[in-house]
Amino acid sequence: MPKIYFDHSATTPLDQWVFEAMKPYFTKDYGNASSMHSFGQIAAKAIDQSRLSIAKFLNCLPEEVIFTSGATEADNIALQGIVKASKINNPHIVTTQIEHPAILEVCRDLEKQGVGVTYVPVTKKGIVKVNDIKRAIKPNTILISVMYVNNEVGTIQPISEIGKLVDQLNTKRKNRIYFHTDAVQAVNYCEMNVNKLGVDLLSISGHKIYGPKGVGVLYIKKNIKLKPIEYGGHHELGIRPGTYNVVGIVGLGRAIELVKVGKKNNQKIKKLRDYLIKEISKKIPNTKVNGDIKNRVASNVNFSFKNAEGESVMLMLDMEGFAVSTGSACSSGSLEPSHVLTSMQIPNDLAHGSLRITLGKQNTKNEVDRLIRILPKIIQRLRQMSPIK
Amino acid sequence: MQYSKIVMDHFKNPHNQGVIKNADGVGETGNPMCGDMMKVYIKVKDDKIIDIKFETLGCAAAIACSSILTDMAKGQPLEKAKNISKADIVKKLGNLPTSKIHCSVLAHEALAEAIYNYQSKVIN
Repeated sequence: MPKIYFDHSATTPLDQWVFEAMKPYFTKDYGNASSMHSFGQIAAKAIDQSRLSIAKFLNCLPEEVIFTSGATEADNIALQGIVKASKINNPHIVTTQIEHPAILEVCRDLEKQGVGVTYVPVTKKGIVKVNDIKRAIKPNTILISVMYVNNEVGTIQPISEIGKLVDQLNTKRKNRIYFHTDAVQAVNYCEMNVNKLGVDLLSISGHKIYGPKGVGVLYIKKNIKLKPIEYGGHHELGIRPGTYNVVGIVGLGRAIELVKVGKKNNQKIKKLRDYLIKEISKKIPNTKVNGDIKNRVASNVNFSFKNAEGESVMLMLDMEGFAVSTGSACSSGSLEPSHVLTSMQIPNDLAHGSLRITLGKQNTKNEVDRLIRILPKIIQRLRQMSPIK
Repeated sequence: MQYSKIVMDHFKNPHNQGVIKNADGVGETGNPMCGDMMKVYIKVKDDKIIDIKFETLGCAAAIACSSILTDMAKGQPLEKAKNISKADIVKKLGNLPTSKIHCSVLAHEALAEAIYNYQSKVIN
C-alpha cells in the first residue's frame, strides 16, 4: 500500500534539485567557510550565493540576511535580542494568542524577566484584527510579533496592514516599535517582499519549503539594534555565532530560488484542497471547516468532526497509509485542546475532533480521492463507538 | 509519544465494544477538560459480571483502556471488578504515555459507576 503524505505544514520532502545542490558540500567541498584557504573560500562563496538568492527573494540587502539553525532560533533571536538591546525600563511586547510556541514560550519566559506581554485574541475565523493590535500598543511597547500564516488553520494575518500601522505610529513616537513576523508557513504562498510587508524582522525555515531541516533565516532590517543571545565567533555579524552549516545554507538558498518556480503548483494545490473540502463536507455529516475559508493558504484545510476524536482519526488514517495531524487535546501532551482553536472560540467538543490536512506540490487527485473514500468510513466507525450519537 | 503494541491492538480491534440493551448497570464518565467520554454496560448474575460492553469517544488510549477493562472485568465477582485500579489497567496495556494515564482513571470510574448503578437498583 503506497503511503500518502498530507502533512506539509509539519515538514516537506526535500526537493531533488535542492538535494543535488547540497551534495558536493558534504564530502567534496567540506571547508569551513571562515577559513581563508581555498577549501574555506569555496564554502564561503556558496554561502554568499545563497545569501544573495534569499536577499533577492525578500527584496532586501544581503547583510540583512542572518542564517540560523531554524525558525525557532530566528524567533528567539528576534524577541530576546530586541528586548536585550532596548533601553526602555519596562519593555512591552504585543503578540497574538495563536502564535507558534517558538514565540509564545519565549514571551512567557520574557514575562518572568519583567517584560510585559499582551496576547491579542483572534476572530472566530482565526484572523487578528489590526485595530485590536493597535489598541494593545502602549507607550512602552518595543516590539510587535504577529505570525504571517497560522500553522494549524492556515489563515493569513494582515501583516502589511500592521506594517503600515507601525510606520504611522513610529513617526509620532519617542521610542520606536519594531515589527517581527514568523513567516514560516507563508513563504510558498504569500507576498514576501519585506518592504511591501513593512516588517523589520522576519523568520523563515528551510524544511517547510522543500529545503533541509536545521537551517533558517532571520531577516533584520539594517541599523536595527539587536543584541545576540549566544556568544562565540564573529559569524553573522556576531548576531548568530557558530560554524556555518554550509550544506544547510546551500539547500535553503536553492529552495528559496525554487519557490518562484513552485508557485505554478499553488493553483493545482488550491483546486485539490477545495475539492477535498467540498467532498468531505458532503460525505461526512456534522463537519466544520475551522478558519476563514478564503483568507487561508492554498495547502491547508482544518476540519472538525463532531463526536470523533482527532487523535483516533489521525491514527486510523495512519494505518491506512495517510499522514495528517490533529489539534485534539489528546495529542497535545496536555489536557487542553489547541490554543489556536481555543482562541478562535471553537467549542471543546469540536476542537476534540480537529484534523489538519496540508497538501503539497507532489500530491495528486488520486491521492485526494483515496482520502475521500476512506475518511468517511473512519469517522463513521468512531462515531458508532461513541456514547454520544 | 508512542503507544505499546497492546494499546494499538486494542485500538485496532477493540473487545466488547457496543451496547447491552437491557443492561443491569450503566456507568458513564467524562473528562470535561479533554472531552473524552466513556460508557460501560454490565449484565450481572449471582453477583458476577456475566457480560460487559463499552462505548467510548476519545483517543487510542481511551479506547484501549475501555477495551482491556472489559476483558479484565468479564466473569469477575462485582467486589473484585470494583477493585480494578488504574495501575492494573496501565500494567495490562504494557504501559501508557504519562499524558494518557488519565484515560485509565476514566475507565476505572466508568466501571465503578456501572457497578454502583446496579447495586443501588438492587437495594431499592
